[in-house]
Amino acid sequence: MNEQNFQSFSYEEIAKFVEPKSRVLDLGCGEGELLELLTKTKGVNGRGVDIEETMIVACISKGLSVFQGNLEEGLKDYPDKSYDFVILNQTLQMIHKPAFLLKEMVRVGKRVVVNFPNFGYLINRIQLGIGGTMPVNKNIPYQWFDTPNIHFCTRRDFFQLCKSLGIRIVDEIAIHKNRKIKLGKDIFASQICLLLEEI
Amino acid sequence: MSHAFHDLSVVQPQWVTFAQSSLLLESGKTFGTLTVQYETYGTLNEDRSNAILLVHAFSGDAHAAGYHDKPGNNPGWWFEMVGPGKAFDTNQFFIISSNCLGGCMGTTGPSSKNSETDKPFGMEFPVITIKDLVNTQRLLVEYLGISKLFAVAGGSMGGMQVLDWAVSHPHMVHKAIVLASTGRLSAQGLAFNAVGRNAIYSDPHWKNGDYYGGVYPRNGLSIARMIGHITYLSDESMALKFGRKLQEREAYGYDFDDRFQVESYLNYQGDKFVERFDANSYIYLSKAMDYFDLASYPGGIEGALGRTTCAFLLLSYSSDWLFPTYQSKELVYPMMKIGKNVSFAELSSPYGHDSFLLEHQRQGILISSFLQAPHREDQE
Repeated sequence: MNEQNFQSFSYEEIAKFVEPKSRVLDLGCGEGELLELLTKTKGVNGRGVDIEETMIVACISKGLSVFQGNLEEGLKDYPDKSYDFVILNQTLQMIHKPAFLLKEMVRVGKRVVVNFPNFGYLINRIQLGIGGTMPVNKNIPYQWFDTPNIHFCTRRDFFQLCKSLGIRIVDEIAIHKNRKIKLGKDIFASQICLLLEEI
Repeated sequence: MSHAFHDLSVVQPQWVTFAQSSLLLESGKTFGTLTVQYETYGTLNEDRSNAILLVHAFSGDAHAAGYHDKPGNNPGWWFEMVGPGKAFDTNQFFIISSNCLGGCMGTTGPSSKNSETDKPFGMEFPVITIKDLVNTQRLLVEYLGISKLFAVAGGSMGGMQVLDWAVSHPHMVHKAIVLASTGRLSAQGLAFNAVGRNAIYSDPHWKNGDYYGGVYPRNGLSIARMIGHITYLSDESMALKFGRKLQEREAYGYDFDDRFQVESYLNYQGDKFVERFDANSYIYLSKAMDYFDLASYPGGIEGALGRTTCAFLLLSYSSDWLFPTYQSKELVYPMMKIGKNVSFAELSSPYGHDSFLLEHQRQGILISSFLQAPHREDQE
């Protein structure tokens, strides 16, 4: 199985959180693969946001609604609870103020889906703890000095943040490659996918 | 069929005249005989489903693409955007472009002859609105046997008309492309239009609009155009293009013959404009822009946009300070809120408001992707 397949596996898992026919806002939607999947399989009314012009073109080509915007500015023009689901897929770790954005997401969305790489994953721990270098692997493919990822966290870090922000974790899927991890998620899951809502 | 990528060659303007009272104006008045100048590019398909209407901006005309008279001569205002293999692909689409009502490029306007008096209308021409411009285009579209447009596209004042098309005739529009435009002019926009009109009013040759056959209010119209031209550019593009360079001299002579390049450019633009544009058209069309306000619909801007069924593409340009990005967002956010199919991008460009006439490649990719993408219309 290649990386592409692992990605589509995690997309299918994310899709399980999303109810059919719902209104979906996908932040950092990239080329729109997830939105396209949700539109086709769940019939959602989807909308993407991305900052890159090339991504906007890719989404428009797929017939998706897409808005060129900067997530760092938050979602101030989006009314409270105006989406059933707000998704942040593989983007959290690139955001300057992740706590601010999370609060904005639970304000705008009735529910929020967040998918992020678990920095506490076993290989990362070994590379840092034993090798003594910042982890570089399939999951985290960048050198520390040249990476878009500026805010890594572990599964446990994220849970603590949610607690302090008054965000409830409704459901969780922990993933490594194309497997769901049931035990020892903190260590054996490289991807954490959470369903969240405001308390 | 070969899909060649080449330029359109020589195109011919066409005219159609509609009988008295074909057009009911928003003011409640009926319009007399109405002639529309238009051009078409490409071929209408059998089920008449591939027509795209291009709507020109304030000082534009029907000549959007191809050349006039001979190859290389007088290319259309969107020459780079319209043609075989281009964003508006004439291998695929039948493109219609007409001069707007109240204009002076072949469609009935203040400089046309009033059949009742046998003299040019001047200020006897009725006050017109963006909706009236759109209803005139609708007459043309229906005359061409088209009941539904695949797309309507335009920038600036053209974008206002696209918005009105989508709101007023939702059953006739499948996709709408709105570039560098707004749902309503800001106070700043209204102010610039007012200064332009005042420049014309203050020209002694304007004579309350009754100057045809005499001396034209050249100075007034030229100053109006200079002001307009400043608003179409940006600080950055002016700095790049002219800086502080003098036109004819190397050093200051400390007299009023010292002319900066930008000064000379504006004079040139003003003079050139006077040759092709009518001062009264300037007055009427700028007023039509002033009146346009999507928020005046019942239910405000959401009420207006709620009537639409088409997919929207809105583009703004980072250095456009006449129709700034926030004005496009003021349309996009309510569209998103009420669940319309809308895509938006702000192109980073130094060319100011004029960007939509210059950023061919980047806006071209967005537009052609949007035209090719599937869209299922909202059920009404």
